[in-house]
Amino acid sequence: MIADRSGPNRPPEASRRARQAQRRLIRTSRIARRQLVTTVLIGLAATALLIAWASLLAAVIAGVFIDGRSVAEVTPALIWLVVVALGRGLASAAFESTGRVGAAAVMSELRTRLTRHLLISRPGALQGEHSGELVAAAVSGVESLESYFSRYLPRVALAAITPIAILAWVIPIEWRSAVILAVTAPLIIVFMVLIGRLTEARTRRRWGLLQRLSSHFLDLAGGLETLRANNRAGAQSEAIARVGEDYRRETMGALKVGFLSALVLELLAMIGVAMVATAIGIQLAEGQLGLEAGLTVLILAPELYLPLREVGNQFHASTDGMVAAEQIFAALDEPPAVAVPDETVPAPDPTAGPLELQGITFSYPGRGEVLSGLELSVQPGETVALVGPSGGGKSTLVSLLMRFADPEAGRIECAGVDLARVRPDEWRGRVVWVPQRPTVFSGTIADNVRLYVPDAGEDEVERAASAAALDELLRGLPQGLRTRVGEGGRRLSAGQAQRLALSRAFLSPARLAILDEPTAHLDAGTEQEIVAAIERLLEGRSALVVSHRQRPLVAADRVLELTGGRLQPAGVAA
Amino acid sequence: MIGHRLLRSPAARAALATRSRWRLVAISCLLGALTVIAATGLLTASGYLISRAAELPPILSLSAVIVLVRFFGISRALLRYFERLVSHDLAFRTLTDLRKRFFERLVPLVPAGIGGLRRGDLLSRFVGDVDSMQNLYLRALTPPLVAILSGVICVAVAYLILPAAGLALLVMMLLGGVLAPVVSRVAAHRAGRRQAEARGALATSLLEILNGSAEITAAGRREDWLERAAADDRRMLRLQRADAVSTGLAEGLVTFIAAAAVVAVAWATAPAVADGLLRGVWIAALALLTMGAFEAISPLSPAAAGIDAVNAAAGRIEAIIERPAPIAEPDDPEPVPDTGSLRLESVDFAYEPGRPVLTGIDLELNPGEAVALTGPSGAGKSTIGELLVRFRDVTGGRVALGGVDLRRLSGAALRDHVRLGPQESYLFATTIRRNIEVGRHGAALADVEAALDAVGLDPWVRSLPDGVDTFVGEGGVRVSGGQRQRIAAARLLLCGARFLLFDEPMAHLDPDGATGLELRLTARARQRGQAILVISHTVADPRNYDRIVELRGGRLAG
Repeated sequence: MIADRSGPNRPPEASRRARQAQRRLIRTSRIARRQLVTTVLIGLAATALLIAWASLLAAVIAGVFIDGRSVAEVTPALIWLVVVALGRGLASAAFESTGRVGAAAVMSELRTRLTRHLLISRPGALQGEHSGELVAAAVSGVESLESYFSRYLPRVALAAITPIAILAWVIPIEWRSAVILAVTAPLIIVFMVLIGRLTEARTRRRWGLLQRLSSHFLDLAGGLETLRANNRAGAQSEAIARVGEDYRRETMGALKVGFLSALVLELLAMIGVAMVATAIGIQLAEGQLGLEAGLTVLILAPELYLPLREVGNQFHASTDGMVAAEQIFAALDEPPAVAVPDETVPAPDPTAGPLELQGITFSYPGRGEVLSGLELSVQPGETVALVGPSGGGKSTLVSLLMRFADPEAGRIECAGVDLARVRPDEWRGRVVWVPQRPTVFSGTIADNVRLYVPDAGEDEVERAASAAALDELLRGLPQGLRTRVGEGGRRLSAGQAQRLALSRAFLSPARLAILDEPTAHLDAGTEQEIVAAIERLLEGRSALVVSHRQRPLVAADRVLELTGGRLQPAGVAA
Repeated sequence: MIGHRLLRSPAARAALATRSRWRLVAISCLLGALTVIAATGLLTASGYLISRAAELPPILSLSAVIVLVRFFGISRALLRYFERLVSHDLAFRTLTDLRKRFFERLVPLVPAGIGGLRRGDLLSRFVGDVDSMQNLYLRALTPPLVAILSGVICVAVAYLILPAAGLALLVMMLLGGVLAPVVSRVAAHRAGRRQAEARGALATSLLEILNGSAEITAAGRREDWLERAAADDRRMLRLQRADAVSTGLAEGLVTFIAAAAVVAVAWATAPAVADGLLRGVWIAALALLTMGAFEAISPLSPAAAGIDAVNAAAGRIEAIIERPAPIAEPDDPEPVPDTGSLRLESVDFAYEPGRPVLTGIDLELNPGEAVALTGPSGAGKSTIGELLVRFRDVTGGRVALGGVDLRRLSGAALRDHVRLGPQESYLFATTIRRNIEVGRHGAALADVEAALDAVGLDPWVRSLPDGVDTFVGEGGVRVSGGQRQRIAAARLLLCGARFLLFDEPMAHLDPDGATGLELRLTARARQRGQAILVISHTVADPRNYDRIVELRGGRLAG
């Protein structure tokens, strides 16, 4: 999508959200606060150097022109000017460098908070969906934050420091110019706000349209194969040109208004400089002012307006720069999914007594109750199959059993111990879980098999792999178990990932197994192999096997159907 | 040479795309240069004004210069306003051209010609690349031209006042306009190269934590993954710190050169004034002229630092635009036969030489027949669908319609007779009706409703407040996987093609839904005399088909 750097096509709400994120960043991040202080300090130094620069330059020029000094006489002043020039270069380098360092440190701090939050408070809350987007924000978001810290923040600091410092310097030298500056500079701010207000409604109206137009191209490209199969691609290429033209016209319409504020600011600044120049000129001609003083003021005058104008020009950096932080804050704001009790009891042993679910109720916002007063009991060593239509709450039940979420009402007990009183981590250590879509972590296949038991020996890993019917895959790989998989490694098919997850389970000593749709998305042949592996896995374990099929694929002691949020024996025909 | 390499870079070729808009480029540059000149004029005239005033002349004699000062001040603001409008207009126009060209080149590449790039998110990355080219058109194309144009004029004016001052200004402007950007670019390039790998590692470990948080937690391995992410983070931060200093110094260089230029010009001017060769009023004017002239120089360094990103995006776009089309359209296509069957005759197919996917496939789809093609995932079923509509070409044997090799038919005409519903059916961000009309442009509402009825969506659509005019996808109602599948099937049923090929139409449906849809599709096609091929890993009810063929190990069985 097209985002003009200085134009008005950020939605007005975005700047409000960005302001909130800025405040929050300063409030919660020590690094961000330190960055603010550093920026102000550099701003002070830069302003002092600017005033020194103007005074020295004026002295040199007046010295040569009015006092008729020779080159040799002004050389020391010229050398000082070079030194001050170096200082000014260093100040702008410092803005840039500290801005970048600060942005990197703040992003790193946010990333740490994010990973801890996700792993400790909300495991399993963010499966797939927009995780890619969040990672992009957490890794590449640093770029926009860099321009916030190294461009926007310095401009704000300078806009607050420089005009006041220059005014304070000019008043004793030439009060008439000081009055002109003191009147016009606030006018710039007043006009900036006024124009913003006037154009806001218009900007808001266009914004919605612009957004629709910009997503159109994305939409067409995404559905290209469909368009081509239906012989509609040619017509769409004309549509792209047409929509692009509409987009341009709309954007230009918005920019004509948006750039107006910049125009007014520049006009005011230019008129201010011209007025100062004229006022100084007249006073000089009347002999009321020296050239050196006049030149100092003239050189400083445009520098007083510059930061004010630039704040406006860099305003986008304040909203763009916060986008990544906003996204991370939104993820951090999600409340912890499981309440951890203050006083805990040791986790029960699933072989010591039954797993009992009593009156379990759970609902999602906007979807109503998925589980309502569900009752279930699994005896040690028993295999219970759970069937039901997709969306019926089977995976929710698994999440509750794994303590990734708390039920709204009801209790989960194991061997007579209420799981709400057990540390979730400790309970999870007693369970082995095969998820519906297992994650393949980057590393070797052996590393992946060792997920539950990181220190398992080579032969144990091999046994687990062959029990999970991974042999055939391994035989085809020259490096066998040492083959790298996951990101940057070999891609595994859904069936291979499923088998990998089973091999992890084989290695685990836990005596309670929870299998979530272990054969979904598999063809008949692969399914058979996996079913055989599952049956081997369940020997000697209590188990809950979830499946959307009418007939479960595993020999189960009981088959229950989850419908309407409750369990009932499934059709005995199975 | 850096300059030489830059001229042969994808970004430079992308910049040449503006040549059809050369008038706008010229106007934009002219306005940009005039803006700088007005700003410089304002400063120069002011410097002259107060210097002249210091000589205590009659005030009236200053009025011409006072007018000049005001004129420059106001015209600068106005020029800047129009310059921004023109340059944005140019960027948007060029972007539209580029989008259209990109889309047109992409069409024949989907799905066969872009390798693994089929998925929507990769396409959206290319779309992002096209959009990011505005950085080139707004920030990298005109600023150098503006700098050259205004620089030449400023140097010429300074030279006319005092040759030594003009030369000093020229040298400093070259330093600021060439050296500083080169240093900026080198620093940014080095930082980007060094950080790329660390960035990738960090992204991977974060993605694993986000996607695998449940399993990591279930296995009690949280600290391991947090430690791994922290180590990647520390490595990234260390590189970023080191690179921040060098990129910062590169950015500070232009500020220093701009200030040093004023000193250099003053140094060059002072002897002439002291020796009486130049009137003293000019020294302030020249110093201030120098300050103004650098306004055109300062945007060059950030533009140079950003050139890598633009270049990478331009390179990726080029790689797509210049990819050869995988399917050659015949020069003189034959008319598509109205009768006869669609046949694969001893067809071989391989994505890469030596690794055959299909071997010796013979398959016939007769008019009005319903056939199921089954087989394990990855067996090449979808490839057969793509061969039948000539999204790909066979590597051996031939595909024929009514006895005519598909390679002798025009692709578009063929697809009017043989229509494929791809596996990843896509819903456009528009209404249900428009989505179905993709199957047949300008179809009557009654036909759309009949198609919806045929796939069993009628009750659902009726329950929606806006009915068939309900927006789906982005900003509309959320459509479930099953509903999406049915809408896509309705799209295919709407078209009048003689052969309908459905790729996995029953995926994402529960068993009851799958059985129902299978029956509806085959019954409707039979009723309208259309042949139907259902590609699916499972058959719900064999009675729905005339024949079931199974693909296994690249060969047909049964």
